[in-house]
Amino acid sequence: MKALLLALLALVLAVPALADDSLPPAPYAYRQLENPEQEAKAKALMETLRCLQCQGQSIADSDAPIAGDMRHQVRTRIAAGEDPEAIRAWLVERYGDYVSYAPQVTAVTWPLYAAPLVLLALAFVFARRRFSGRAGT
Amino acid sequence: MSEPAIPRKAMRWTLWLPALVFAGFVALVGYNLRNPAEREVRSALIGKPLPEFALKAAVEGQPGLVRADLANGQPHLLNIFASWCVPCAVEAPQLAELRRQGVNIVGVAIRDRPDELKGFLARNGNPFSRIGADNLSAIQFAIGSSGVPESFVIDGKGVIRYQHIGEIRPDQVPLILTKLQEAGQ
Repeated sequence: MKALLLALLALVLAVPALADDSLPPAPYAYRQLENPEQEAKAKALMETLRCLQCQGQSIADSDAPIAGDMRHQVRTRIAAGEDPEAIRAWLVERYGDYVSYAPQVTAVTWPLYAAPLVLLALAFVFARRRFSGRAGT
Repeated sequence: MSEPAIPRKAMRWTLWLPALVFAGFVALVGYNLRNPAEREVRSALIGKPLPEFALKAAVEGQPGLVRADLANGQPHLLNIFASWCVPCAVEAPQLAELRRQGVNIVGVAIRDRPDELKGFLARNGNPFSRIGADNLSAIQFAIGSSGVPESFVIDGKGVIRYQHIGEIRPDQVPLILTKLQEAGQ
Protein backbone atom coordinates (compact mmCIF):
# COMPACT_ATOMS: atom_id res chain seq x y z
CA MET A 1 0.00 0.00 0.00
CA LYS A 2 2.78 2.36 1.00
CA ALA A 3 4.71 1.55 -2.18
CA LEU A 4 1.62 2.20 -4.25
CA LEU A 5 1.11 5.56 -2.57
CA LEU A 6 4.73 6.44 -3.15
CA ALA A 7 4.44 5.49 -6.79
CA LEU A 8 1.33 7.62 -7.13
CA LEU A 9 3.09 10.51 -5.42
CA ALA A 10 6.02 10.14 -7.80
CA LEU A 11 3.60 10.28 -10.74
CA VAL A 12 2.00 13.45 -9.40
CA LEU A 13 5.35 15.13 -8.81
CA ALA A 14 6.95 14.02 -12.08
CA VAL A 15 7.89 16.89 -14.37
CA PRO A 16 7.30 16.13 -18.03
CA ALA A 17 10.34 16.40 -20.29
CA LEU A 18 10.04 19.80 -21.90
CA ALA A 19 10.72 20.01 -25.59
CA ASP A 20 9.68 23.57 -26.09
CA ASP A 21 11.53 26.81 -26.53
CA SER A 22 11.68 29.48 -23.85
CA LEU A 23 11.31 32.49 -26.14
CA PRO A 24 8.21 34.66 -25.70
CA PRO A 25 5.59 34.18 -28.43
CA ALA A 26 5.98 36.20 -31.63
CA PRO A 27 4.55 39.76 -31.34
CA TYR A 28 1.41 39.00 -33.34
CA ALA A 29 0.94 35.41 -32.22
CA TYR A 30 -1.63 36.35 -29.59
CA ARG A 31 -2.20 40.03 -30.37
CA GLN A 32 -4.90 41.17 -32.73
CA LEU A 33 -4.26 43.68 -35.47
CA GLU A 34 -5.26 47.25 -34.63
CA ASN A 35 -7.45 47.49 -37.72
CA PRO A 36 -10.58 45.34 -37.07
CA GLU A 37 -11.22 44.81 -40.76
CA GLN A 38 -7.71 43.44 -41.29
CA GLU A 39 -7.99 41.31 -38.13
CA ALA A 40 -11.22 39.78 -39.46
CA LYS A 41 -9.45 38.89 -42.70
CA ALA A 42 -6.48 37.43 -40.82
CA LYS A 43 -8.78 35.43 -38.51
CA ALA A 44 -10.72 33.97 -41.44
CA LEU A 45 -7.47 32.89 -43.08
CA MET A 46 -5.92 31.50 -39.89
CA GLU A 47 -8.96 29.30 -39.30
CA THR A 48 -8.35 27.58 -42.62
CA LEU A 49 -4.60 27.01 -42.32
CA ARG A 50 -3.33 23.77 -40.83
CA CYS A 51 -0.89 23.77 -37.93
CA LEU A 52 2.17 21.88 -39.17
CA GLN A 53 2.97 20.24 -35.85
CA CYS A 54 -0.51 19.48 -34.48
CA GLN A 55 -2.04 18.49 -37.76
CA GLY A 56 -5.63 18.18 -36.63
CA GLN A 57 -5.81 21.84 -35.64
CA SER A 58 -5.90 25.11 -37.47
CA ILE A 59 -3.24 27.67 -36.56
CA ALA A 60 -6.03 29.75 -35.00
CA ASP A 61 -6.71 26.91 -32.53
CA SER A 62 -3.19 25.77 -31.78
CA ASP A 63 -0.84 26.89 -29.03
CA ALA A 64 2.24 25.31 -30.63
CA PRO A 65 5.04 27.87 -31.02
CA ILE A 66 5.25 27.24 -34.77
CA ALA A 67 1.51 27.99 -35.06
CA GLY A 68 2.08 31.24 -33.16
CA ASP A 69 4.86 32.14 -35.56
CA MET A 70 2.59 31.39 -38.50
CA ARG A 71 -0.16 33.62 -37.04
CA HIS A 72 2.46 36.35 -36.71
CA GLN A 73 3.41 35.79 -40.34
CA VAL A 74 -0.23 35.95 -41.48
CA ARG A 75 -1.07 39.06 -39.43
CA THR A 76 2.01 41.04 -40.45
CA ARG A 77 1.41 40.20 -44.12
CA ILE A 78 -2.25 41.19 -43.94
CA ALA A 79 -1.24 44.40 -42.14
CA ALA A 80 1.16 45.06 -45.02
CA GLY A 81 -1.79 44.87 -47.39
CA GLU A 82 -1.29 41.38 -48.80
CA ASP A 83 -4.34 39.50 -50.05
CA PRO A 84 -5.33 36.49 -47.85
CA GLU A 85 -5.55 34.17 -50.85
CA ALA A 86 -2.05 35.24 -51.94
CA ILE A 87 -0.74 34.23 -48.51
CA ARG A 88 -2.54 30.89 -48.77
CA ALA A 89 -1.05 30.35 -52.24
CA TRP A 90 2.41 31.20 -50.87
CA LEU A 91 2.06 28.52 -48.19
CA VAL A 92 0.56 25.93 -50.55
CA GLU A 93 3.55 26.49 -52.83
CA ARG A 94 5.77 25.45 -49.91
CA TYR A 95 3.78 22.76 -48.13
CA GLY A 96 1.33 21.54 -50.74
CA ASP A 97 -2.49 21.57 -50.53
CA TYR A 98 -2.22 19.85 -47.16
CA VAL A 99 -1.56 23.13 -45.35
CA SER A 100 -4.92 24.58 -46.40
CA TYR A 101 -8.27 23.52 -44.97
CA ALA A 102 -10.15 25.32 -47.73
CA PRO A 103 -10.74 22.77 -50.48
CA GLN A 104 -9.80 23.85 -54.00
CA VAL A 105 -11.11 22.45 -57.27
CA THR A 106 -8.02 21.14 -59.08
CA ALA A 107 -7.23 18.51 -61.69
CA VAL A 108 -7.07 15.95 -58.85
CA THR A 109 -10.05 17.00 -56.76
CA TRP A 110 -12.73 17.76 -59.34
CA PRO A 111 -14.21 14.20 -59.23
CA LEU A 112 -15.16 14.87 -55.58
CA TYR A 113 -17.40 17.66 -56.78
CA ALA A 114 -18.55 15.99 -59.97
CA ALA A 115 -19.38 12.56 -58.47
CA PRO A 116 -22.48 13.64 -56.45
CA LEU A 117 -23.90 15.44 -59.49
CA VAL A 118 -23.32 12.36 -61.68
CA LEU A 119 -24.93 10.09 -59.07
CA LEU A 120 -27.90 12.43 -58.75
CA ALA A 121 -28.35 12.48 -62.51
CA LEU A 122 -28.12 8.66 -62.65
CA ALA A 123 -30.64 8.31 -59.84
CA PHE A 124 -33.00 10.64 -61.67
CA VAL A 125 -32.72 8.62 -64.89
CA PHE A 126 -33.34 5.30 -63.07
CA ALA A 127 -36.23 6.67 -61.07
CA ARG A 128 -37.88 8.08 -64.15
CA ARG A 129 -37.56 4.79 -65.97
CA ARG A 130 -39.17 2.98 -63.07
CA PHE A 131 -41.99 5.36 -62.50
CA SER A 132 -42.78 5.84 -66.17
CA GLY A 133 -42.85 2.01 -66.46
CA ARG A 134 -45.44 1.82 -63.65
CA ALA A 135 -47.47 4.60 -65.18
CA GLY A 136 -47.59 2.66 -68.43
CA THR A 137 -49.37 -0.37 -66.83
CA MET B 1 -49.22 -4.87 -69.95
CA SER B 2 -45.59 -3.92 -70.60
CA GLU B 3 -42.50 -6.01 -69.87
CA PRO B 4 -40.44 -5.07 -66.75
CA ALA B 5 -37.51 -2.82 -67.74
CA ILE B 6 -34.91 -5.18 -66.22
CA PRO B 7 -35.08 -9.00 -66.52
CA ARG B 8 -35.70 -10.79 -63.18
CA LYS B 9 -32.38 -12.65 -63.10
CA ALA B 10 -30.27 -9.52 -63.59
CA MET B 11 -32.35 -7.81 -60.95
CA ARG B 12 -31.42 -10.38 -58.28
CA TRP B 13 -27.71 -9.89 -58.96
CA THR B 14 -27.89 -6.11 -58.80
CA LEU B 15 -29.60 -6.33 -55.42
CA TRP B 16 -26.24 -7.34 -53.97
CA LEU B 17 -24.42 -4.41 -55.50
CA PRO B 18 -24.86 -1.95 -52.60
CA ALA B 19 -23.68 -4.64 -50.15
CA LEU B 20 -20.62 -5.27 -52.32
CA VAL B 21 -19.81 -1.57 -52.51
CA PHE B 22 -20.18 -1.35 -48.74
CA ALA B 23 -17.88 -4.38 -48.22
CA GLY B 24 -15.32 -2.77 -50.51
CA PHE B 25 -15.53 0.43 -48.49
CA VAL B 26 -15.01 -1.44 -45.20
CA ALA B 27 -12.01 -3.25 -46.72
CA LEU B 28 -10.51 0.07 -47.84
CA VAL B 29 -10.95 1.63 -44.38
CA GLY B 30 -9.47 -1.49 -42.75
CA TYR B 31 -6.46 -1.41 -45.06
CA ASN B 32 -5.79 2.27 -44.40
CA LEU B 33 -6.16 1.79 -40.64
CA ARG B 34 -3.38 -0.83 -40.77
CA ASN B 35 -1.20 1.31 -43.04
CA PRO B 36 -1.46 4.85 -41.76
CA ALA B 37 -0.41 7.55 -44.18
CA GLU B 38 2.86 9.44 -43.70
CA ARG B 39 2.40 12.14 -41.08
CA GLU B 40 5.27 14.28 -42.24
CA VAL B 41 4.67 17.41 -44.24
CA ARG B 42 7.25 17.48 -47.02
CA SER B 43 8.54 20.65 -48.54
CA ALA B 44 7.25 21.33 -52.03
CA LEU B 45 10.34 23.40 -52.85
CA ILE B 46 12.69 20.52 -53.73
CA GLY B 47 14.39 21.41 -57.02
CA LYS B 48 13.61 25.09 -56.56
CA PRO B 49 16.01 27.86 -55.53
CA LEU B 50 16.22 28.98 -51.93
CA PRO B 51 14.29 32.17 -51.26
CA GLU B 52 16.20 35.30 -50.30
CA PHE B 53 16.93 35.56 -46.57
CA ALA B 54 19.37 37.15 -44.14
CA LEU B 55 19.72 35.88 -40.57
CA LYS B 56 21.70 37.47 -37.77
CA ALA B 57 24.33 35.50 -35.91
CA ALA B 58 22.78 33.17 -33.34
CA VAL B 59 25.87 32.99 -31.11
CA GLU B 60 28.80 35.29 -30.51
CA GLY B 61 31.92 34.55 -32.50
CA GLN B 62 30.13 32.77 -35.33
CA PRO B 63 28.76 34.49 -38.43
CA GLY B 64 25.08 34.59 -39.27
CA LEU B 65 23.63 33.22 -42.48
CA VAL B 66 22.46 34.88 -45.69
CA ARG B 67 21.32 33.23 -48.90
CA ALA B 68 24.49 34.22 -50.77
CA ASP B 69 26.55 32.06 -48.36
CA LEU B 70 24.79 29.01 -49.77
CA ALA B 71 25.13 29.86 -53.45
CA ASN B 72 28.94 29.97 -53.55
CA GLY B 73 29.53 27.00 -55.85
CA GLN B 74 29.83 24.39 -53.11
CA PRO B 75 27.07 22.10 -51.83
CA HIS B 76 25.95 22.68 -48.24
CA LEU B 77 23.97 20.86 -45.62
CA LEU B 78 21.49 23.31 -44.09
CA ASN B 79 20.55 22.01 -40.64
CA ILE B 80 17.47 23.43 -38.93
CA PHE B 81 17.82 22.83 -35.21
CA ALA B 82 17.35 24.27 -31.72
CA SER B 83 18.91 23.81 -28.31
CA TRP B 84 15.48 22.93 -26.84
CA CYS B 85 14.96 20.15 -29.38
CA VAL B 86 15.79 16.71 -27.97
CA PRO B 87 16.32 14.80 -31.26
CA CYS B 88 18.70 17.59 -32.34
CA ALA B 89 21.11 16.42 -29.64
CA VAL B 90 20.60 12.83 -30.84
CA GLU B 91 21.78 13.68 -34.37
CA ALA B 92 24.85 15.64 -33.18
CA PRO B 93 27.30 12.70 -33.56
CA GLN B 94 26.06 12.14 -37.11
CA LEU B 95 26.57 15.81 -37.96
CA ALA B 96 30.07 15.59 -36.46
CA GLU B 97 30.76 12.55 -38.66
CA LEU B 98 29.54 14.44 -41.77
CA ARG B 99 31.76 17.37 -40.80
CA ARG B 100 34.74 14.99 -40.46
CA GLN B 101 34.04 13.81 -43.99
CA GLY B 102 34.35 17.38 -45.24
CA VAL B 103 30.71 18.42 -45.45
CA ASN B 104 30.08 22.14 -45.10
CA ILE B 105 27.28 22.39 -42.54
CA VAL B 106 25.43 25.60 -41.82
CA GLY B 107 22.82 25.91 -39.10
CA VAL B 108 19.62 27.81 -38.45
CA ALA B 109 18.64 27.98 -34.78
CA ILE B 110 14.87 28.17 -34.35
CA ARG B 111 13.44 30.23 -31.47
CA ASP B 112 16.61 29.96 -29.45
CA ARG B 113 18.49 31.99 -26.82
CA PRO B 114 22.21 32.66 -27.34
CA ASP B 115 23.18 31.39 -23.87
CA GLU B 116 21.16 28.19 -24.23
CA LEU B 117 22.53 27.67 -27.72
CA LYS B 118 26.07 28.11 -26.42
CA GLY B 119 25.48 25.41 -23.82
CA PHE B 120 24.02 23.09 -26.46
CA LEU B 121 27.05 23.54 -28.74
CA ALA B 122 29.44 23.02 -25.80
CA ARG B 123 27.66 19.77 -24.87
CA ASN B 124 27.09 18.35 -28.35
CA GLY B 125 29.88 19.82 -30.44
CA ASN B 126 29.73 22.50 -33.10
CA PRO B 127 29.90 21.24 -36.70
CA PHE B 128 28.55 24.52 -38.11
CA SER B 129 30.51 27.07 -40.10
CA ARG B 130 27.66 29.58 -39.70
CA ILE B 131 24.58 29.74 -37.51
CA GLY B 132 21.71 32.09 -38.26
CA ALA B 133 19.03 32.94 -35.70
CA ASP B 134 15.40 32.55 -36.74
CA ASN B 135 13.22 33.60 -33.83
CA LEU B 136 9.98 33.76 -35.81
CA SER B 137 10.33 30.48 -37.75
CA ALA B 138 10.32 32.69 -40.86
CA ILE B 139 12.94 30.63 -42.70
CA GLN B 140 11.01 27.49 -41.92
CA PHE B 141 7.92 28.83 -43.67
CA ALA B 142 10.00 30.20 -46.54
CA ILE B 143 11.55 26.81 -47.34
CA GLY B 144 8.63 24.58 -46.41
CA SER B 145 10.10 23.11 -43.24
CA SER B 146 7.65 22.07 -40.53
CA GLY B 147 9.74 21.19 -37.50
CA VAL B 148 13.13 20.54 -35.93
CA PRO B 149 15.42 18.91 -36.75
CA GLU B 150 15.34 19.02 -40.51
CA SER B 151 18.26 19.04 -42.93
CA PHE B 152 18.30 20.35 -46.48
CA VAL B 153 20.92 19.58 -49.13
CA ILE B 154 21.59 22.80 -51.05
CA ASP B 155 23.66 22.73 -54.23
CA GLY B 156 26.29 25.30 -55.26
CA LYS B 157 23.70 27.45 -57.02
CA GLY B 158 21.47 27.69 -53.95
CA VAL B 159 18.90 25.18 -55.21
CA ILE B 160 17.21 22.90 -52.63
CA ARG B 161 18.01 19.34 -53.67
CA TYR B 162 16.90 17.15 -50.79
CA GLN B 163 14.99 17.39 -47.53
CA HIS B 164 15.59 15.10 -44.56
CA ILE B 165 12.85 15.25 -41.92
CA GLY B 166 13.74 14.32 -38.34
CA GLU B 167 17.11 13.49 -36.87
CA ILE B 168 19.82 11.98 -39.07
CA ARG B 169 20.39 8.47 -37.71
CA PRO B 170 23.77 6.71 -38.03
CA ASP B 171 22.56 4.48 -40.88
CA GLN B 172 21.38 7.54 -42.81
CA VAL B 173 24.79 9.25 -42.97
CA PRO B 174 25.72 7.53 -46.29
CA LEU B 175 22.40 8.63 -47.82
CA ILE B 176 23.08 12.26 -46.89
CA LEU B 177 26.62 11.97 -48.29
CA THR B 178 25.25 10.57 -51.56
CA LYS B 179 22.73 13.39 -51.85
CA LEU B 180 25.50 15.94 -51.23
CA GLN B 181 27.67 14.29 -53.88
CA GLU B 182 24.79 14.39 -56.37
CA ALA B 183 24.29 18.06 -55.55
CA GLY B 184 28.00 18.70 -56.14
CA GLN B 185 27.96 17.33 -59.68
